Amino acid sequence: MEMQFLGNLSLGFGVAFQWVNLLYCLIGVLLGTLIGVLPGIGPTATIAMLLPVTFGLSPITAMIMLAGIYYGAQYGGSTTSILVNIPGEAASVVTCLDGYQMARQGRAGPALAASAIGSFFAGCMATVIVAMFAPPLAGMALKFGPSEYFSLMVLGLVAATVLAHGSLLKAIAMVLLGLLLGLVGTDISSGMMRFTLGIYELCDGIGFVGLAMGLFGIAELISNLELKGSREVFTSKIGRLMPSREDFRRMWKTILRGTALGSALGILPGGGPLLASFAAYALEKKISGHGDEFGKGAIEGVAGPESANNAGAQTSFIPLLTLGIPSNVVMALMIGALMIQGIIPGPRVMTEKPDLFWGLIASMWIGNAMLVILNLPLIGIWIRLLTVPYRFLYPAILVFMAIGVYGLSNSPFDVLLMAIFGILGVIFVKLECEPAPLILGYVLGPMMEENLRRALLIAQGDPTVLITRPISAGFLIAAVILLGIVLAPAIRKKREEVFVED
Amino acid sequence: MFIGFGLFFMIGADNYELGSAARMGPAYFPTMLGGGLAVIGGVVFFQSFVVSGGKVAAIPLRLLFFITVALLLFGYLLKPIGLVLALALLVSVSAFAGHEFKLREVLLLALALILLSVLVFVKGLGQPFPLWPKFLG
Repeated sequence: MEMQFLGNLSLGFGVAFQWVNLLYCLIGVLLGTLIGVLPGIGPTATIAMLLPVTFGLSPITAMIMLAGIYYGAQYGGSTTSILVNIPGEAASVVTCLDGYQMARQGRAGPALAASAIGSFFAGCMATVIVAMFAPPLAGMALKFGPSEYFSLMVLGLVAATVLAHGSLLKAIAMVLLGLLLGLVGTDISSGMMRFTLGIYELCDGIGFVGLAMGLFGIAELISNLELKGSREVFTSKIGRLMPSREDFRRMWKTILRGTALGSALGILPGGGPLLASFAAYALEKKISGHGDEFGKGAIEGVAGPESANNAGAQTSFIPLLTLGIPSNVVMALMIGALMIQGIIPGPRVMTEKPDLFWGLIASMWIGNAMLVILNLPLIGIWIRLLTVPYRFLYPAILVFMAIGVYGLSNSPFDVLLMAIFGILGVIFVKLECEPAPLILGYVLGPMMEENLRRALLIAQGDPTVLITRPISAGFLIAAVILLGIVLAPAIRKKREEVFVED
Repeated sequence: MFIGFGLFFMIGADNYELGSAARMGPAYFPTMLGGGLAVIGGVVFFQSFVVSGGKVAAIPLRLLFFITVALLLFGYLLKPIGLVLALALLVSVSAFAGHEFKLREVLLLALALILLSVLVFVKGLGQPFPLWPKFLG
């Protein structure tokens, strides 16, 4: 086991150190930091935008770059939170609370350093956790039959709706709508066209890239344009970067706790960096012993959430790599990226494409090291970027989206699709319906249908197969319990509180 | 405001019901889902009457219009008029969506973005876009 582990890692580093992969890893983390720093564009929209670009890359290079964007954004987001008091990215919302206060007290340097050190440590630990836990989980997943898969996906979708903010009913409606949209196109079993409205281009289904870009990219862009007013950048003095010995003393336990909590929450279906950072902040406020300083510039309030969101970002790859099931929207986009490359994510990826699996993990290590180098000494450059007005940014974003989508099939149809889903996305935002569950449903829809059909075929049409097989029943029971918990009044209130700050 | 809320959901629920009505071929799974969605759509629609106080922000029609038109113009004109002109159109039409419109800025921005796109997408990634209008090439 030991030897095999080391062998796998060396295979991974062999792949990750190929110069193409190093280059794209660097591009990924650079882009990630960039969009993390810039408020108004997040990792979801960026990854959606870059999906067309990944066509020309090998699967492993594409994954390395996209993963780099994802965890790079967690790093970059903290910079904006600390210096401008605007979260550069959703998971950094809580970092604003204490980070900005530290900056106002002239301690922006230590705050930035605390977040970078915490993130780096968490990133490294989470990589080890992914490397250790993924193989046994994948082994277990290989024993799953179609009924287990179906139930697991039900659980994943329920978790996604529970963790979405806003009305639970609307979230469920969005999941169902997503599932339905995923079914458009040619039916796999019968070869029959479904819901194509007679449009030839819809035979292969609704294009994933157009859908994702419209719902996230365009909708986000329009929401940002609606906000008036300029940003005030807090650049006066960053001060010295290194935290004092006292800071270190207060920080290290927090970082450890944040990492552990973040890793655990990242693995959960529906979890990820956002949830992890909120939970870590709440935890530190209770047990760090400096609870009274929170909100007034406590270094724990920066280090905790920042390590947690990075750990969560990385461990959320575990369900993707082992089960082929996305735990959040970014992971759903990753599945899309893999499928574009002709790879079906799931437990077999590890045995059939060990270079992809281990190369990706090794690249996370390398990427984290790059991020520390990018973020601390180059902080001045990132800050200057914050002064670019949005009226220059959004046409650029639009251009990249338009060209990217057009390039998919060299036809205007995908652009039209993106525009339609852009309009829908804006309407959803106005109706307080979150698009995230929709995308998850869209990705899982065809898989769920196929597995359900197979399960019922094997059981000769007997639907009880879903509850008589123990593992499958376990997943379904977990899903029901989860729903029950949310519907219980006490938790419901708590959930609203947590997401109100968003 | 309240009526607006109700109307929005009527449209929403309408969409949902379409899902259940469309029974084609192996329609088992879609019908199940569509049914579920219709029920939830109905409940949410009903709630919007019972629970008051929900206000819906106005849809930014002007923004949506310019962005959508800019995208569609680009998509459908790229082949006939080429990348350079299509991009110029995309940038300038979308610029109308912003709060302030400064001709010089927009022109400079369009120029920079065209250069960048030609370099990255056509030269760098080898996308087969025509650069100039057909009648010139």
